Amino acid sequence: MIYDLALTIAYDYGRPSAQARNVLRVLPANRPGEQRRITGMIGITPRPAERTDRMDFFGNAVSEIAFHAPISDLTVRLQSRVERLARPLQFDLSPPLDRLGAQLLGQPALSADSPHHFLASSPRIRFDTEVTDFVRRVLPAQPTALAAVQAVGRALHEEMRFDAEATDVDTPLSEAFANRHGVCQDFSHVMIAGLRSIGLPAGYVSGILRTQPPDGQARLEGADAMHAWVRVWCGTDLGWVEYDPTNDLMAGSDHVSVAVGRDYSDVAPVKGAVRSSGQQQSTHSVDLVPVPV
Amino acid sequence: MDRVFREPVDPLAGLISGYTVPPGTADEMIGPDGALRPVWEPFLRRFARLSDEEVARRFARGDRYLRDAGVFFRQYREEGPTERDWPLSHVPVLLHQSEWAGISAALRQRADLLERVAADLYGPGDLVRSGRLPPELVAGNPAWLRPMVGVAPPSGHYLHFLAFELGRNPDGSWFVLGDRTEAPSGAGFALENRVATMRAFSDPFPVGHIHRLSGFFRAFRSAMQAAARGQEGRLGILTPGQGTETYFEHAYIARYLGLMLLEGEDLIVQNGRTMVRTVAGLKPLSVLWRRMDADFADPLELDDASQIGTPGLVSSIRAGHLAMLNALGTGVLQTRALLAFLPQIAQDLLGQPLAIPNIATWWCGQPAERNYVQRNASRMMIGDALSPDLPFEVQSARAIAGRFLDGRQGDLPGWIGAQGAAVVGQEAVSLSTTPVYEDGRLVPRPVMLRVFAARTEDGWTVMPGGYARIGRTDDATALALRSGGSVADVWIVDDAPVDTASLAASDGPFQRATPSLLPARAADNLFWLGRYVERAEGLIRLVRASHVRLAETGQGGDPRVQRIAAHLERLGTPLDQPVPQAIPDQVAAAIRCAGKVRDRFSLDGWTALRALAEDIEDRRSRVSPGDEAARALGQMLRGTAAFSGLVHDNMYRFSGWRFLSMGRALERAQGMASILRDFCDPDAPEGGFDIAIEVGDSVMTHRRRYLIETNRNTVIDLLALDHRNPRSIRFQVSFIRRLIAELPEAEINGALSPLSRAALRIETRLATAEPARLDTARLDSLSRALARLSDLVTETYLT
Repeated sequence: MIYDLALTIAYDYGRPSAQARNVLRVLPANRPGEQRRITGMIGITPRPAERTDRMDFFGNAVSEIAFHAPISDLTVRLQSRVERLARPLQFDLSPPLDRLGAQLLGQPALSADSPHHFLASSPRIRFDTEVTDFVRRVLPAQPTALAAVQAVGRALHEEMRFDAEATDVDTPLSEAFANRHGVCQDFSHVMIAGLRSIGLPAGYVSGILRTQPPDGQARLEGADAMHAWVRVWCGTDLGWVEYDPTNDLMAGSDHVSVAVGRDYSDVAPVKGAVRSSGQQQSTHSVDLVPVPV
Repeated sequence: MDRVFREPVDPLAGLISGYTVPPGTADEMIGPDGALRPVWEPFLRRFARLSDEEVARRFARGDRYLRDAGVFFRQYREEGPTERDWPLSHVPVLLHQSEWAGISAALRQRADLLERVAADLYGPGDLVRSGRLPPELVAGNPAWLRPMVGVAPPSGHYLHFLAFELGRNPDGSWFVLGDRTEAPSGAGFALENRVATMRAFSDPFPVGHIHRLSGFFRAFRSAMQAAARGQEGRLGILTPGQGTETYFEHAYIARYLGLMLLEGEDLIVQNGRTMVRTVAGLKPLSVLWRRMDADFADPLELDDASQIGTPGLVSSIRAGHLAMLNALGTGVLQTRALLAFLPQIAQDLLGQPLAIPNIATWWCGQPAERNYVQRNASRMMIGDALSPDLPFEVQSARAIAGRFLDGRQGDLPGWIGAQGAAVVGQEAVSLSTTPVYEDGRLVPRPVMLRVFAARTEDGWTVMPGGYARIGRTDDATALALRSGGSVADVWIVDDAPVDTASLAASDGPFQRATPSLLPARAADNLFWLGRYVERAEGLIRLVRASHVRLAETGQGGDPRVQRIAAHLERLGTPLDQPVPQAIPDQVAAAIRCAGKVRDRFSLDGWTALRALAEDIEDRRSRVSPGDEAARALGQMLRGTAAFSGLVHDNMYRFSGWRFLSMGRALERAQGMASILRDFCDPDAPEGGFDIAIEVGDSVMTHRRRYLIETNRNTVIDLLALDHRNPRSIRFQVSFIRRLIAELPEAEINGALSPLSRAALRIETRLATAEPARLDTARLDSLSRALARLSDLVTETYLT
């Protein structure tokens, strides 16, 4: 499936903000076998005094921009054409969960795709006993790694209510889970914490959902803004799978991924040192439309 | 064998009589044969000849030096942070050069090994790939900073300045308890240990045989210059700020080595270069000696919650423009569990064993090791595997000698099994003892050396002694150091007198090669320091004037007293108590500013300011309104005068002094404009002129100059327009104008800067004004002009 993607993120700082510097992670990922970025262009207003483009540790495309004069607003516009490769039906090639550890021992690497990056706590993923207990409760007997992922994802989807107003970008996962509500970021963080607590390497994916569903299907939750889901390592044979707990499904051709990391802090689309005392407002819009064949 | 020194020798015997080395422990002073180690003998013989009084006098001399030098460290307690005296144990630890040579060589080897490990963890990752290091100790380690992976250090190396903690085994051999690779502290304190200890043991002690510390610092200073590798720019030391426990040391080292003392907000990254915001604009920085934990250094790429970092610092390093000593991310080398793997890594990478082993460590992520720790927990310290702390430090130690530290009862081996990879077991080591002087004799206390190593162009150089930590009790296990203790100098003693070249250079500060640039933040603090002290002084004078009148009439209904109260109310500093809260508040604000510029600020001025605060606190609760309060306030005025005298008489006339003076002058001018407005107004009560004259400290002058009663014209003339009266607005404005003229960019292409122009305009206005026409409305307008002038100073230089 080939898509045209338009993404706009805009900030109104209220009053001029001195010498801003931002790191952007908005360009769709290029991942062999998963996704191919055909074109991609980032437009920034006002025009930054500096811009450098590079890849980060996890292979995400990063643009660093800086302004030498105060700015009172910032708009980032992305235009991209991207091909999401149809994913073959996944047979469950994953090992039993209790044998995953042995397979991890066979992966002694620090490279970006090593599952070892996704096992420990990370800046936004703190282990939470309530989440761990919940995960242990909903786990079927003797699951495979993949079955564990799906069981946890489904249970969370049933347990937590999608509520776009209840949390914000800084809400800790323990709080979101305690209140059983949140948005895609909260669903994903809770699921990641739960999976890591049972030894499954789990990471965070930021991305975009197809805006209008194919005929006859319901619109997915989270299609009007940037979305997030979970990436899990299910053993040597199956490798990485992606699961969207907000919508209770494996991420497929309706999901275009942008960046991967341990949690939101690794992939935030706009990180910025905006030092402003004024009220900050942001708007955010996405459009992911299939290109007619 | 109990080694009790009993040999009946002259005065020495008295000094060390009953010095009993705990069984199964090595001692620094007494050798394994029970005899005095030869390296101590000349020192002890002279020490023993001193009377108790002489010893007390000498130790007091050392302590006084430390107090006068302002050496302190900050301690965090439940009640809040406090500044503590530096806990110097006066008796140094003595080691012979031949033994030290072995230690130095071993630590140079260790430093090289750590550099290799850092280069691998941030480079190819072979140690993990080849199974020499478990991946979770790196990938799951918050100290391993992914943004730094693949970033070659612009200085050419990851490690430049290290500290090692060393202990001596019962058999006399040495071992390493931990490596300090993140931002090791203590080297500056070592210099102060040395000076203070030398004060106590100067003549007739054979100090000429002791290796000097200054050569080490000189070597590191030139190595810093070399680390710039041709990049143009200044050298700085990056501090988290005055809230940190070792801030004193940062300020001290900055002064000693002639480095800029910088905080995150002093820096800005532009086009890949790290620039310092100075009063002369942005100036490039080439090398930064980091005393801030890496995570805080850049909120954009590291901990995004950091309030003390510099956005873009990582990209400046990535661009190759900023040498960071040590490289960001080297804190990962402090990981406790790494000690379990370093011995084998040394074999594999260096082809030789560690010359001095580190504390035996077992990582419980491996089944065999976990079993071993479970079975031997009673002889171990169990702690967090990823912790960067020393084995016995409270925050990260979990169990010691088979018992949980939090007092919980339970199955320790079972707990270890459940924790697995999260914990390590470390041998419950014991340390050697060293003499401490207590109640007229020497007693043994456990000791751990902190040894500093610096990279120079010729490889690692090791600081010859300087710093040891000493336990409080005679418990010789390493645990004794948990509850704090004291610090002692370490002397490396040679048979022959040491190189006199380094003696001549002494331990004095370096010459600054280039005039130091004043960071805008430091200038801002100096500016406000000047303002707050002057504001406090103005307040004290006004409040005193009120109490004097209260004492005359005995009643609060006096219209003059009410006018002063209304004036203070209008300024937002109400007369709520006989000595209003606003006065200590202003002094506290001044102290906060002064605390942020300790490296540029005279110690005497600092001491005077602290004394003033204590004096105010001491007096204000006890005074009753009227005469008593007036006298107490008079005393406080002497305190502010002492500060101003010290600062303005003694401070070097450079940019820092200019901003301090400008703050003071602006405050004084604004204060006077405000007083004239309220006390020379037509509706001011009778006696208002006298209040203005009194607060303006110009009673005598007025009498001499006008030979008549005060009237509005004489008061305005004397306090606003007289260019000879240092209390007049015009005098202060002229002073400000001259200060501005000496600042950078006072003229731009031959034309006055907006700030210079604004100052000249106000000065001209005052020079041409007539007293009668400077009415309340014009005084208001003058106040506004002065406030704008202050804003312009801030905009031009202080942001």
